[in-house]
Amino acid sequence: MEKLVNDFSFGLFFWQIILFVLLLLLLRKFAWKPILNAVNDREEGIKDALAAAENAKKEMQNVTADSEKLLKEARAEREALLKEAREIKDKMISDSKEQAKVEGDKMIKQAQAAIESEKKAAVADIKNQVAELSVDIAEKIIKEQLSNKDKQLKLVDDMLGDIKLN
Amino acid sequence: MRKPFLLKFLLAAILLFGNSSFANEKEVEKGKDKKTEIKEFIEHHLQDSHYFNFYGTTDEHGKVHHVGLPLPVILWDNGLKVFSSSKFHHGEEVAEVDGNHYVLYHSKIYKTDAEGTISYDGEHHPTNVRPLDFSITKSVVMMIVTGLLLLWLFSSLAKSYAKNNSIPTGMGRFFEPIVLYIRDDIAIANIGEKKYKRYMPFLLTVFFFIWFLNMFGLTPLGVNVTGNIAVTTALALLVFIITNLTGTKDYWKHVFDPLGDGMPWYGKIIIYIILVPIEILGLFIKPFALLIRLYANMTAGHVVLMSLVGLIFIFKSWVGGPLSFGLSFAISLIEVLVALLQAYIFTMLAALYFGFASEEHDPGHEFDDDAELAH
Repeated sequence: MEKLVNDFSFGLFFWQIILFVLLLLLLRKFAWKPILNAVNDREEGIKDALAAAENAKKEMQNVTADSEKLLKEARAEREALLKEAREIKDKMISDSKEQAKVEGDKMIKQAQAAIESEKKAAVADIKNQVAELSVDIAEKIIKEQLSNKDKQLKLVDDMLGDIKLN
Repeated sequence: MRKPFLLKFLLAAILLFGNSSFANEKEVEKGKDKKTEIKEFIEHHLQDSHYFNFYGTTDEHGKVHHVGLPLPVILWDNGLKVFSSSKFHHGEEVAEVDGNHYVLYHSKIYKTDAEGTISYDGEHHPTNVRPLDFSITKSVVMMIVTGLLLLWLFSSLAKSYAKNNSIPTGMGRFFEPIVLYIRDDIAIANIGEKKYKRYMPFLLTVFFFIWFLNMFGLTPLGVNVTGNIAVTTALALLVFIITNLTGTKDYWKHVFDPLGDGMPWYGKIIIYIILVPIEILGLFIKPFALLIRLYANMTAGHVVLMSLVGLIFIFKSWVGGPLSFGLSFAISLIEVLVALLQAYIFTMLAALYFGFASEEHDPGHEFDDDAELAH
Protein backbone atom coordinates (compact mmCIF):
# COMPACT_ATOMS: atom_id res chain seq x y z
CA MET A 1 0.00 0.00 0.00
CA GLU A 2 2.82 2.36 0.86
CA LYS A 3 4.43 1.56 -2.46
CA LEU A 4 1.16 2.26 -4.23
CA VAL A 5 0.86 5.65 -2.60
CA ASN A 6 4.51 6.32 -3.32
CA ASP A 7 4.05 5.35 -6.96
CA PHE A 8 1.05 7.59 -7.37
CA SER A 9 2.08 10.35 -9.72
CA PHE A 10 -0.10 13.38 -9.39
CA GLY A 11 1.12 14.75 -12.73
CA LEU A 12 0.06 11.61 -14.57
CA PHE A 13 -3.28 11.69 -12.78
CA PHE A 14 -3.75 15.31 -13.81
CA TRP A 15 -2.91 14.62 -17.45
CA GLN A 16 -5.06 11.53 -17.53
CA ILE A 17 -8.11 13.46 -16.33
CA ILE A 18 -7.51 16.35 -18.76
CA LEU A 19 -6.73 14.15 -21.75
CA PHE A 20 -9.49 11.67 -21.09
CA VAL A 21 -12.18 14.30 -20.66
CA LEU A 22 -10.93 16.04 -23.80
CA LEU A 23 -10.93 12.74 -25.69
CA LEU A 24 -14.40 11.96 -24.37
CA LEU A 25 -15.79 15.30 -25.55
CA LEU A 26 -14.11 15.10 -28.96
CA LEU A 27 -15.12 11.50 -29.56
CA ARG A 28 -18.65 12.25 -28.44
CA LYS A 29 -18.95 15.05 -30.93
CA PHE A 30 -17.09 13.56 -33.89
CA ALA A 31 -17.51 9.84 -33.47
CA TRP A 32 -19.99 8.36 -31.03
CA LYS A 33 -22.97 10.56 -31.84
CA PRO A 34 -22.72 10.19 -35.62
CA ILE A 35 -21.96 6.47 -35.31
CA LEU A 36 -24.78 5.72 -32.92
CA ASN A 37 -27.20 7.85 -34.89
CA ALA A 38 -26.23 6.19 -38.16
CA VAL A 39 -26.56 2.74 -36.63
CA ASN A 40 -29.87 3.68 -35.10
CA ASP A 41 -31.17 5.06 -38.39
CA ARG A 42 -30.03 1.95 -40.17
CA GLU A 43 -31.77 -0.29 -37.66
CA GLU A 44 -34.94 1.75 -37.94
CA GLY A 45 -34.66 1.53 -41.72
CA ILE A 46 -34.29 -2.24 -41.58
CA LYS A 47 -37.23 -2.50 -39.21
CA ASP A 48 -39.37 -0.34 -41.49
CA ALA A 49 -38.33 -2.26 -44.55
CA LEU A 50 -39.18 -5.55 -42.88
CA ALA A 51 -42.56 -4.24 -41.79
CA ALA A 52 -43.22 -2.95 -45.31
CA ALA A 53 -42.27 -6.31 -46.81
CA GLU A 54 -44.58 -8.04 -44.35
CA ASN A 55 -47.39 -5.68 -45.28
CA ALA A 56 -46.79 -6.19 -48.97
CA LYS A 57 -46.88 -9.94 -48.43
CA LYS A 58 -50.16 -9.66 -46.58
CA GLU A 59 -51.63 -7.43 -49.26
CA MET A 60 -50.47 -9.84 -51.91
CA GLN A 61 -52.21 -12.64 -50.07
CA ASN A 62 -55.33 -10.53 -49.81
CA VAL A 63 -55.24 -9.79 -53.51
CA THR A 64 -54.83 -13.46 -54.35
CA ALA A 65 -57.65 -14.38 -52.04
CA ASP A 66 -59.80 -11.66 -53.57
CA SER A 67 -59.16 -12.76 -57.11
CA GLU A 68 -59.85 -16.34 -56.19
CA LYS A 69 -63.07 -15.29 -54.57
CA LEU A 70 -64.02 -13.31 -57.66
CA LEU A 71 -63.26 -16.26 -59.88
CA LYS A 72 -65.38 -18.51 -57.72
CA GLU A 73 -68.21 -16.04 -57.78
CA ALA A 74 -68.01 -15.71 -61.54
CA ARG A 75 -68.04 -19.44 -61.90
CA ALA A 76 -71.04 -19.75 -59.63
CA GLU A 77 -72.82 -17.02 -61.55
CA ARG A 78 -72.18 -18.76 -64.83
CA GLU A 79 -73.52 -21.98 -63.42
CA ALA A 80 -76.60 -20.19 -62.16
CA LEU A 81 -77.13 -18.49 -65.49
CA LEU A 82 -76.81 -21.73 -67.39
CA LYS A 83 -79.17 -23.44 -65.02
CA GLU A 84 -81.69 -20.69 -65.35
CA ALA A 85 -81.44 -20.76 -69.12
CA ARG A 86 -81.96 -24.47 -69.11
CA GLU A 87 -84.94 -24.12 -66.85
CA ILE A 88 -86.41 -21.42 -69.04
CA LYS A 89 -85.90 -23.56 -72.09
CA ASP A 90 -87.54 -26.55 -70.49
CA LYS A 91 -90.39 -24.44 -69.26
CA MET A 92 -90.88 -22.88 -72.63
CA ILE A 93 -90.91 -26.23 -74.32
CA SER A 94 -93.35 -27.71 -71.84
CA ASP A 95 -95.48 -24.58 -71.93
CA SER A 96 -95.71 -24.57 -75.70
CA LYS A 97 -96.42 -28.27 -75.73
CA GLU A 98 -99.29 -27.82 -73.32
CA GLN A 99 -100.61 -24.86 -75.20
CA ALA A 100 -100.45 -26.74 -78.44
CA LYS A 101 -102.25 -29.63 -76.88
CA VAL A 102 -104.93 -27.37 -75.45
CA GLU A 103 -105.31 -25.65 -78.80
CA GLY A 104 -105.47 -28.93 -80.64
CA ASP A 105 -108.00 -30.29 -78.22
CA LYS A 106 -110.04 -27.18 -78.60
CA MET A 107 -109.84 -27.37 -82.37
CA ILE A 108 -110.71 -31.04 -82.36
CA LYS A 109 -113.66 -30.37 -80.10
CA GLN A 110 -114.80 -27.55 -82.29
CA ALA A 111 -114.42 -29.72 -85.35
CA GLN A 112 -116.28 -32.52 -83.68
CA ALA A 113 -119.02 -30.13 -82.63
CA ALA A 114 -119.17 -28.75 -86.14
CA ILE A 115 -119.28 -32.23 -87.61
CA GLU A 116 -121.96 -33.16 -85.12
CA SER A 117 -124.09 -30.16 -85.91
CA GLU A 118 -123.54 -30.64 -89.66
CA LYS A 119 -124.45 -34.22 -89.24
CA LYS A 120 -127.55 -33.30 -87.32
CA ALA A 121 -128.44 -30.70 -89.83
CA ALA A 122 -127.86 -33.12 -92.67
CA VAL A 123 -129.89 -35.83 -90.94
CA ALA A 124 -132.64 -33.32 -90.21
CA ASP A 125 -132.55 -32.24 -93.82
CA ILE A 126 -132.65 -35.78 -95.04
CA LYS A 127 -135.45 -36.49 -92.62
CA ASN A 128 -137.41 -33.54 -93.89
CA GLN A 129 -136.77 -34.49 -97.49
CA VAL A 130 -137.57 -38.12 -96.74
CA ALA A 131 -140.69 -36.98 -94.95
CA GLU A 132 -141.71 -34.75 -97.83
CA LEU A 133 -140.91 -37.41 -100.32
CA SER A 134 -142.79 -39.95 -98.26
CA VAL A 135 -145.69 -37.61 -97.95
CA ASP A 136 -145.56 -36.96 -101.69
CA ILE A 137 -145.29 -40.64 -102.44
CA ALA A 138 -147.89 -41.43 -99.93
CA GLU A 139 -150.13 -38.78 -101.44
CA LYS A 140 -149.61 -40.20 -104.92
CA ILE A 141 -150.06 -43.74 -103.73
CA ILE A 142 -153.02 -42.88 -101.63
CA LYS A 143 -154.44 -40.90 -104.50
CA GLU A 144 -153.95 -43.88 -106.85
CA GLN A 145 -155.01 -46.56 -104.37
CA LEU A 146 -157.93 -44.71 -103.15
CA SER A 147 -159.16 -44.40 -106.58
CA ASN A 148 -161.06 -47.68 -106.35
CA LYS A 149 -162.65 -49.54 -103.60
CA ASP A 150 -160.67 -52.75 -103.86
CA LYS A 151 -157.47 -51.12 -103.55
CA GLN A 152 -158.66 -49.14 -100.59
CA LEU A 153 -159.60 -52.32 -98.86
CA LYS A 154 -156.34 -54.01 -99.68
CA LEU A 155 -154.42 -51.19 -98.25
CA VAL A 156 -156.28 -51.37 -95.08
CA ASP A 157 -155.57 -55.03 -94.96
CA ASP A 158 -151.84 -54.56 -95.59
CA MET A 159 -151.58 -51.92 -93.05
CA LEU A 160 -153.26 -53.99 -90.52
CA GLY A 161 -150.93 -56.81 -91.43
CA ASP A 162 -147.99 -54.61 -90.85
CA ILE A 163 -149.28 -53.48 -87.54
CA LYS A 164 -149.57 -57.08 -86.50
CA LEU A 165 -146.02 -57.67 -87.58
CA ASN A 166 -144.87 -54.77 -85.59
CA MET B 1 -3.90 -17.91 -41.72
CA ARG B 2 -2.46 -14.42 -42.00
CA LYS B 3 -3.63 -13.15 -38.66
CA PRO B 4 -2.16 -15.86 -36.40
CA PHE B 5 1.13 -15.41 -38.19
CA LEU B 6 1.03 -11.68 -37.57
CA LEU B 7 0.26 -12.29 -33.93
CA LYS B 8 3.14 -14.73 -33.57
CA PHE B 9 5.41 -12.27 -35.27
CA LEU B 10 4.38 -9.53 -32.89
CA LEU B 11 4.90 -11.72 -29.86
CA ALA B 12 8.27 -12.85 -31.14
CA ALA B 13 9.14 -9.19 -31.57
CA ILE B 14 8.08 -8.45 -27.99
CA LEU B 15 10.26 -11.19 -26.68
CA LEU B 16 13.21 -10.22 -28.87
CA PHE B 17 13.07 -6.62 -27.76
CA GLY B 18 12.80 -7.71 -24.18
CA ASN B 19 15.87 -9.87 -24.65
CA SER B 20 18.05 -7.14 -26.06
CA SER B 21 17.06 -4.80 -23.27
CA PHE B 22 18.03 -7.37 -20.66
CA ALA B 23 21.27 -7.97 -22.44
CA ASN B 24 22.16 -4.30 -22.31
CA GLU B 25 21.13 -3.82 -18.73
CA LYS B 26 23.49 -6.61 -17.81
CA GLU B 27 26.52 -4.54 -18.62
CA VAL B 28 25.36 -1.46 -16.79
CA GLU B 29 25.44 -2.44 -13.20
CA LYS B 30 28.22 -4.89 -12.59
CA GLY B 31 28.52 -6.63 -9.31
CA LYS B 32 24.84 -7.32 -8.92
CA ASP B 33 23.57 -10.77 -9.59
CA LYS B 34 21.21 -11.39 -12.42
CA LYS B 35 18.11 -11.92 -10.29
CA THR B 36 18.28 -8.48 -8.66
CA GLU B 37 19.08 -7.03 -12.03
CA ILE B 38 15.97 -8.52 -13.62
CA LYS B 39 13.88 -7.49 -10.65
CA GLU B 40 15.06 -3.92 -10.97
CA PHE B 41 14.48 -3.94 -14.69
CA ILE B 42 10.91 -5.10 -14.22
CA GLU B 43 10.31 -2.49 -11.53
CA HIS B 44 11.72 0.13 -13.82
CA HIS B 45 9.52 -1.02 -16.66
CA LEU B 46 6.39 -0.84 -14.53
CA GLN B 47 7.08 2.77 -13.69
CA ASP B 48 6.43 5.79 -15.78
CA SER B 49 9.42 7.34 -17.47
CA HIS B 50 10.58 10.79 -18.51
CA TYR B 51 12.07 9.31 -21.70
CA PHE B 52 10.54 7.50 -24.61
CA ASN B 53 13.22 4.89 -25.12
CA PHE B 54 13.21 2.44 -27.98
CA TYR B 55 16.35 0.56 -27.02
CA GLY B 56 19.76 1.09 -25.53
CA THR B 57 23.21 0.05 -26.66
CA THR B 58 26.37 -0.36 -24.66
CA ASP B 59 29.73 0.65 -26.10
CA GLU B 60 33.09 -0.94 -25.31
CA HIS B 61 33.63 1.33 -22.27
CA GLY B 62 30.47 0.01 -20.66
CA LYS B 63 28.66 3.26 -21.27
CA VAL B 64 24.99 3.00 -22.22
CA HIS B 65 23.68 4.91 -25.20
CA HIS B 66 19.92 5.25 -25.18
CA VAL B 67 18.07 5.53 -28.43
CA GLY B 68 14.81 7.35 -27.95
CA LEU B 69 13.18 10.68 -27.39
CA PRO B 70 13.64 12.94 -24.40
CA LEU B 71 10.29 14.27 -23.19
CA PRO B 72 9.44 17.67 -21.75
CA VAL B 73 9.62 18.02 -17.98
CA ILE B 74 7.10 20.38 -16.43
CA LEU B 75 7.57 21.11 -12.72
CA TRP B 76 5.70 23.31 -10.33
CA ASP B 77 8.26 24.48 -7.78
CA ASN B 78 7.43 28.04 -6.77
CA GLY B 79 6.68 28.78 -10.39
CA LEU B 80 6.45 26.75 -13.57
CA LYS B 81 9.69 25.10 -14.71
CA VAL B 82 9.77 23.60 -18.18
CA PHE B 83 12.83 21.87 -19.62
CA SER B 84 13.75 18.82 -21.66
CA SER B 85 14.39 15.58 -19.84
CA SER B 86 17.64 15.28 -21.82
CA LYS B 87 19.14 17.53 -19.14
CA PHE B 88 19.10 14.60 -16.75
CA HIS B 89 21.13 12.41 -19.12
CA HIS B 90 19.13 9.42 -17.98
CA GLY B 91 19.59 10.20 -14.32
CA GLU B 92 23.33 10.56 -14.57
CA GLU B 93 23.46 14.34 -14.23
CA VAL B 94 21.88 17.05 -12.15
CA ALA B 95 19.61 19.37 -14.08
CA GLU B 96 19.87 23.03 -13.23
CA VAL B 97 16.90 25.27 -14.02
CA ASP B 98 16.59 28.89 -12.85
CA GLY B 99 19.05 28.25 -10.04
CA ASN B 100 17.21 25.17 -8.79
CA HIS B 101 18.76 21.72 -9.03
CA TYR B 102 16.82 18.58 -9.78
CA VAL B 103 17.84 14.99 -9.95
CA LEU B 104 16.18 11.93 -11.45
CA TYR B 105 16.18 8.98 -9.07
CA HIS B 106 14.22 5.81 -9.87
CA SER B 107 12.13 7.65 -12.47
CA LYS B 108 11.18 10.34 -9.99
CA ILE B 109 12.36 13.94 -9.85
CA TYR B 110 13.77 15.23 -6.55
CA LYS B 111 15.00 18.66 -5.64
CA THR B 112 18.65 18.64 -4.76
CA ASP B 113 21.78 20.80 -4.49
CA ALA B 114 24.41 21.42 -7.14
CA GLU B 115 26.20 18.13 -6.31
CA GLY B 116 23.04 16.09 -6.57
CA THR B 117 23.13 14.74 -3.02
CA ILE B 118 20.23 12.57 -2.03
CA SER B 119 19.60 11.89 1.62
CA TYR B 120 17.90 8.65 2.57
CA ASP B 121 15.77 7.60 5.49
CA GLY B 122 16.12 4.30 7.30
CA GLU B 123 14.38 2.30 4.58
CA HIS B 124 16.54 3.72 1.81
CA HIS B 125 13.82 6.10 0.64
CA PRO B 126 14.97 9.54 -0.48
CA THR B 127 13.90 12.32 1.87
CA ASN B 128 14.50 15.13 -0.62
CA VAL B 129 11.64 17.42 -1.59
CA ARG B 130 9.61 16.24 -4.58
CA PRO B 131 8.29 19.13 -6.66
CA LEU B 132 4.88 18.73 -8.30
CA ASP B 133 5.63 16.93 -11.53
CA PHE B 134 3.34 17.66 -14.49
CA SER B 135 5.81 16.30 -17.03
CA ILE B 136 4.72 14.88 -20.34
CA THR B 137 5.95 11.41 -19.48
CA LYS B 138 6.00 8.27 -21.59
CA SER B 139 2.53 7.36 -20.34
CA VAL B 140 1.17 10.80 -21.20
CA VAL B 141 2.64 10.50 -24.69
CA MET B 142 1.01 7.09 -25.11
CA MET B 143 -2.31 8.49 -23.91
CA ILE B 144 -2.08 11.26 -26.47
CA VAL B 145 -1.12 8.78 -29.20
CA THR B 146 -3.99 6.47 -28.23
CA GLY B 147 -6.37 9.41 -28.08
CA LEU B 148 -5.39 10.56 -31.54
CA LEU B 149 -5.64 7.02 -32.86
CA LEU B 150 -9.13 6.64 -31.41
CA LEU B 151 -10.18 10.01 -32.77
CA TRP B 152 -8.93 9.19 -36.24
CA LEU B 153 -10.33 5.67 -36.20
CA PHE B 154 -13.82 6.48 -35.05
CA SER B 155 -14.31 9.80 -36.75
CA SER B 156 -13.38 8.10 -40.03
CA LEU B 157 -15.87 5.37 -39.17
CA ALA B 158 -18.50 8.04 -38.54
CA LYS B 159 -17.66 9.65 -41.87
CA SER B 160 -17.84 6.35 -43.72
CA TYR B 161 -21.42 6.02 -42.49
CA ALA B 162 -22.36 9.35 -43.96
CA LYS B 163 -20.68 8.53 -47.26
CA ASN B 164 -21.71 4.94 -47.59
CA ASN B 165 -25.38 4.86 -46.74
CA SER B 166 -24.90 3.74 -43.14
CA ILE B 167 -22.88 0.70 -44.08
CA PRO B 168 -19.44 0.46 -42.46
CA THR B 169 -16.39 -0.15 -44.59
CA GLY B 170 -12.88 -1.35 -43.85
CA MET B 171 -11.96 -1.20 -40.17
CA GLY B 172 -15.47 -0.13 -39.33
CA ARG B 173 -16.60 -3.67 -40.02
CA PHE B 174 -14.41 -4.82 -37.18
CA PHE B 175 -15.23 -2.02 -34.75
CA GLU B 176 -18.93 -1.63 -35.41
CA PRO B 177 -19.93 -4.96 -33.83
CA ILE B 178 -17.90 -4.01 -30.75
CA VAL B 179 -19.66 -0.64 -30.53
CA LEU B 180 -22.99 -2.42 -30.92
CA TYR B 181 -22.03 -5.00 -28.32
CA ILE B 182 -21.24 -2.24 -25.83
CA ARG B 183 -24.54 -0.59 -26.63
CA ASP B 184 -26.74 -3.69 -26.51
CA ASP B 185 -25.09 -5.97 -23.99
CA ILE B 186 -23.37 -3.53 -21.68
CA ALA B 187 -25.26 -0.24 -21.74
CA ILE B 188 -28.83 -1.29 -22.46
CA ALA B 189 -28.54 -4.46 -20.40
CA ASN B 190 -27.34 -2.63 -17.28
CA ILE B 191 -28.76 0.88 -17.57
CA GLY B 192 -31.97 0.28 -19.44
CA GLU B 193 -33.52 1.36 -22.69
CA LYS B 194 -34.59 4.75 -21.38
CA LYS B 195 -31.40 6.26 -20.05
CA TYR B 196 -28.49 4.43 -21.64
CA LYS B 197 -27.92 7.04 -24.29
CA ARG B 198 -26.26 9.69 -22.16
CA TYR B 199 -23.76 7.19 -20.75
CA MET B 200 -22.82 5.73 -24.12
CA PRO B 201 -20.02 8.20 -25.01
CA PHE B 202 -18.26 7.56 -21.70
CA LEU B 203 -18.63 3.78 -21.89
CA LEU B 204 -17.39 3.60 -25.47
CA THR B 205 -14.49 5.93 -24.82
CA VAL B 206 -13.39 4.18 -21.66
CA PHE B 207 -13.63 0.75 -23.27
CA PHE B 208 -11.59 1.56 -26.33
CA PHE B 209 -9.15 3.72 -24.34
CA ILE B 210 -8.38 0.93 -21.89
CA TRP B 211 -8.34 -1.77 -24.54
CA PHE B 212 -5.98 0.11 -26.84
CA LEU B 213 -3.64 1.08 -24.01
CA ASN B 214 -3.64 -2.51 -22.75
CA MET B 215 -2.71 -3.69 -26.22
CA PHE B 216 0.00 -1.06 -26.53
CA GLY B 217 1.35 -2.38 -23.26
CA LEU B 218 1.98 -5.73 -24.97
CA THR B 219 3.93 -4.20 -27.84
CA PRO B 220 7.72 -3.81 -27.81
CA LEU B 221 7.19 -0.15 -26.88
CA GLY B 222 6.69 -1.53 -23.41
CA VAL B 223 4.40 1.14 -22.10
CA ASN B 224 2.48 0.25 -19.00
CA VAL B 225 -0.15 2.98 -18.89
CA THR B 226 -3.17 1.07 -17.60
CA GLY B 227 -0.92 -0.64 -15.06
CA ASN B 228 -0.27 2.72 -13.46
CA ILE B 229 -2.23 3.50 -10.34
CA ALA B 230 -2.62 7.19 -11.21
CA VAL B 231 -4.25 6.38 -14.54
CA THR B 232 -6.70 3.86 -13.12
CA THR B 233 -7.48 6.24 -10.26
CA ALA B 234 -8.34 8.97 -12.74
CA LEU B 235 -10.65 6.63 -14.67
CA ALA B 236 -12.33 5.37 -11.52
CA LEU B 237 -12.72 8.92 -10.24
CA LEU B 238 -14.56 9.83 -13.44
CA VAL B 239 -16.84 6.83 -12.97
CA PHE B 240 -17.45 7.94 -9.37
CA ILE B 241 -18.25 11.51 -10.41
CA ILE B 242 -20.58 10.48 -13.23
CA THR B 243 -22.35 7.90 -11.05
CA ASN B 244 -23.08 10.34 -8.26
CA LEU B 245 -23.83 13.35 -10.43
CA THR B 246 -26.44 11.43 -12.42
CA GLY B 247 -27.84 9.72 -9.32
CA THR B 248 -31.61 9.88 -9.12
CA LYS B 249 -33.73 10.49 -6.06
CA ASP B 250 -34.24 6.76 -5.73
CA TYR B 251 -30.50 6.18 -5.78
CA TRP B 252 -29.86 8.59 -2.91
CA LYS B 253 -32.87 7.31 -1.07
CA HIS B 254 -31.42 3.84 -1.35
CA VAL B 255 -28.19 5.09 0.21
CA PHE B 256 -29.67 7.09 3.08
CA ASP B 257 -32.96 5.28 3.61
CA PRO B 258 -32.48 1.75 2.29
CA LEU B 259 -35.46 0.25 4.06
CA GLY B 260 -37.97 2.89 2.95
CA ASP B 261 -41.35 2.54 4.56
CA GLY B 262 -40.80 -1.13 5.26
CA MET B 263 -40.12 -0.44 8.92
CA PRO B 264 -41.26 2.14 11.53
CA TRP B 265 -38.78 4.94 12.30
CA TYR B 266 -37.85 3.70 15.76
CA GLY B 267 -36.83 0.38 14.28
CA LYS B 268 -34.82 2.00 11.54
CA ILE B 269 -32.65 4.14 13.85
CA ILE B 270 -30.85 1.15 15.33
CA ILE B 271 -30.25 -0.51 11.97
CA TYR B 272 -29.31 2.68 10.17
CA ILE B 273 -26.46 3.41 12.57
CA ILE B 274 -24.74 0.48 10.90
CA LEU B 275 -26.44 0.37 7.49
CA VAL B 276 -26.06 3.96 6.30
CA PRO B 277 -22.29 4.17 6.89
CA ILE B 278 -21.93 0.89 4.99
CA GLU B 279 -23.95 2.26 2.08
CA ILE B 280 -21.90 5.47 2.04
CA LEU B 281 -18.69 3.49 2.20
CA GLY B 282 -20.01 1.41 -0.69
CA LEU B 283 -20.17 4.51 -2.87
CA PHE B 284 -16.40 4.81 -2.57
CA ILE B 285 -15.53 1.14 -2.51
CA LYS B 286 -17.15 0.45 -5.88
CA PRO B 287 -14.89 2.77 -7.94
CA PHE B 288 -11.95 1.87 -5.67
CA ALA B 289 -12.40 -1.78 -6.65
CA LEU B 290 -12.43 -0.68 -10.29
CA LEU B 291 -9.12 1.13 -10.03
CA ILE B 292 -7.38 -1.64 -8.06
CA ARG B 293 -8.69 -4.37 -10.38
CA LEU B 294 -7.42 -2.78 -13.56
CA TYR B 295 -4.12 -1.72 -12.01
CA ALA B 296 -3.44 -5.10 -10.40
CA ASN B 297 -4.36 -7.14 -13.46
CA MET B 298 -2.25 -5.17 -15.88
CA THR B 299 0.71 -4.91 -13.51
CA ALA B 300 0.55 -8.60 -12.67
CA GLY B 301 0.41 -9.48 -16.36
CA HIS B 302 3.52 -7.42 -17.09
CA VAL B 303 5.39 -8.80 -14.10
CA VAL B 304 4.61 -12.41 -15.00
CA LEU B 305 5.45 -11.90 -18.64
CA MET B 306 8.73 -10.14 -17.99
CA SER B 307 9.74 -12.56 -15.25
CA LEU B 308 9.23 -15.46 -17.63
CA VAL B 309 11.32 -13.72 -20.26
CA GLY B 310 13.90 -13.03 -17.56
CA LEU B 311 14.02 -16.74 -16.70
CA ILE B 312 15.60 -17.38 -20.08
CA PHE B 313 18.68 -15.45 -18.95
CA ILE B 314 18.75 -17.08 -15.56
CA PHE B 315 18.53 -20.65 -16.86
CA LYS B 316 20.79 -20.10 -19.87
CA SER B 317 20.33 -23.74 -20.86
CA TRP B 318 18.85 -25.70 -23.72
CA VAL B 319 16.01 -26.86 -21.55
CA GLY B 320 15.20 -23.77 -19.53
CA GLY B 321 15.39 -21.33 -22.42
CA PRO B 322 12.79 -22.92 -24.69
CA LEU B 323 10.65 -23.75 -21.67
CA SER B 324 10.58 -20.13 -20.54
CA PHE B 325 10.05 -19.05 -24.09
CA GLY B 326 7.06 -21.37 -24.46
CA LEU B 327 5.64 -20.22 -21.17
CA SER B 328 6.02 -16.54 -21.93
CA PHE B 329 4.54 -17.15 -25.35
CA ALA B 330 1.49 -18.77 -23.79
CA ILE B 331 1.19 -16.01 -21.19
CA SER B 332 1.46 -13.41 -23.96
CA LEU B 333 -1.53 -14.99 -25.69
CA ILE B 334 -3.43 -14.93 -22.42
CA GLU B 335 -2.41 -11.30 -21.92
CA VAL B 336 -3.97 -10.40 -25.27
CA LEU B 337 -7.20 -11.86 -23.92
CA VAL B 338 -6.75 -10.15 -20.56
CA ALA B 339 -6.25 -6.82 -22.31
CA LEU B 340 -9.71 -7.13 -23.82
CA LEU B 341 -11.23 -8.72 -20.76
CA GLN B 342 -10.11 -5.99 -18.37
CA ALA B 343 -11.42 -3.28 -20.69
CA TYR B 344 -14.71 -5.19 -20.84
CA ILE B 345 -14.91 -5.66 -17.06
CA PHE B 346 -14.16 -2.01 -16.38
CA THR B 347 -16.81 -0.87 -18.86
CA MET B 348 -19.29 -3.46 -17.66
CA LEU B 349 -18.95 -2.49 -13.99
CA ALA B 350 -19.05 1.22 -14.82
CA ALA B 351 -22.30 0.57 -16.69
CA LEU B 352 -23.60 -1.42 -13.73
CA TYR B 353 -22.91 1.49 -11.35
CA PHE B 354 -24.50 3.93 -13.78
CA GLY B 355 -27.45 1.57 -13.87
CA PHE B 356 -27.77 1.74 -10.08
CA ALA B 357 -27.51 5.53 -10.19
CA SER B 358 -30.11 6.07 -12.88
CA GLU B 359 -32.57 3.52 -11.58
CA GLU B 360 -36.05 4.78 -10.87
CA HIS B 361 -38.66 2.76 -9.09
CA ASP B 362 -42.31 3.03 -9.94
CA PRO B 363 -43.91 4.85 -7.02
CA GLY B 364 -45.37 2.37 -4.58
CA HIS B 365 -44.18 -0.55 -6.66
CA GLU B 366 -42.20 -2.23 -3.91
CA PHE B 367 -45.05 -1.98 -1.47
CA ASP B 368 -47.36 -3.67 -3.91
CA ASP B 369 -44.99 -6.61 -3.92
CA ASP B 370 -44.93 -6.64 -0.14
CA ALA B 371 -48.68 -6.46 0.03
CA GLU B 372 -48.97 -9.40 -2.32
CA LEU B 373 -46.58 -11.42 -0.22
CA ALA B 374 -48.58 -10.66 2.91
CA HIS B 375 -51.72 -12.20 1.49
